[in-house]
Amino acid sequence: MSKFKKKKGGEIPAVNTAALPDIVFMLLFFFMVATVMRQNTLKIENNLPFADQVEKLDKKDLVMYIYAGKPSQNYKQFGTEARIQLNDDFASVKDIASFIAQERASKREELIPFLTTALKVDSDANMGLIGDIKQELRKVNALKINYTTKKGSVFGRD
Amino acid sequence: MAKRAAPEVNAGSMADIAFLLLIFFLVTTTIEVDSGINRKLPPMEESEEDVIIKQKNIFTVLLNGKDQLLVEDEIMELKDLRAAAKEFLDNGGDGSCDYCKGKRSPGSSDNPDKAIISLKNERETSYKTYIAVQNELVAAYNELRDARAQALYGKPFTEMQANYKDVNWPGNKEKLKEKIDQIKIDYPQKLSEVQ
Repeated sequence: MSKFKKKKGGEIPAVNTAALPDIVFMLLFFFMVATVMRQNTLKIENNLPFADQVEKLDKKDLVMYIYAGKPSQNYKQFGTEARIQLNDDFASVKDIASFIAQERASKREELIPFLTTALKVDSDANMGLIGDIKQELRKVNALKINYTTKKGSVFGRD
Repeated sequence: MAKRAAPEVNAGSMADIAFLLLIFFLVTTTIEVDSGINRKLPPMEESEEDVIIKQKNIFTVLLNGKDQLLVEDEIMELKDLRAAAKEFLDNGGDGSCDYCKGKRSPGSSDNPDKAIISLKNERETSYKTYIAVQNELVAAYNELRDARAQALYGKPFTEMQANYKDVNWPGNKEKLKEKIDQIKIDYPQKLSEVQ
């Protein structure tokens, strides 16, 4: 009788893989969200110089970034002279003090002495601007600085 | 007529597509670690006592607006700067530095502790050249420290520092720190910048 028909074959049923895409998509979204491409949108040219006696700048949360360089193609109206960029906008030398104060306020108090200022300056900028930045940093007692560079020989590419 | 059920879309290759995207993002993502030359600025002090430093203990490096180097009143190429700085630092003129391998000429620095490199640049100097000069001067110090560490502990200084920063390094960190400090006392980095 058909009611008691034997089940066909003794094969193990295939594993249901319908949920696999979901898992993979989850991973994908995680990486897409967690990946930080760049902290700031640069409005300046930022072609760092080369150096080979470098030290790594770890502990990213303890670094304040100051960018400088001449305005990039899209911001030509700001001239061709090297400018400072803090966070997402152009700034002048006077703004550095308040920027440092603001960065310090956002950190825990015990970490403040370990804060480093990373100067990401375009290789074509002139030292007058850097001198002004350094003077300003000395005024607010932010003495630890780092000239961010690319790794490579100083004699190599021009 | 009986309605025919729409055939189910085969979603079997969906996972492949998603994997492909995932792998693309995994591969193209670079978590960049910045690196650079660390420096410490001098604090702002109003009451500056004039410290008298002998002229022979100062190694003057001048960078003009056209990116030319003037070292100890002589024009120099960038590639020679490192050797010149090393020679100056390692001179050991007064004989108190028994590990110095320099010429012990009386006209140059007394010992590494007294030797000061003074770097002056103009406003028109390009940042690239400035960094190159800084790099060469730091390299001079690093090479001397490497040699000293090699003689004392059989390991270059830069490797000791890398070990000290490495969390997974198995050795005794306190002892390593002592060694590093000793080297730093032997060859202190005295690089002053004139405003």
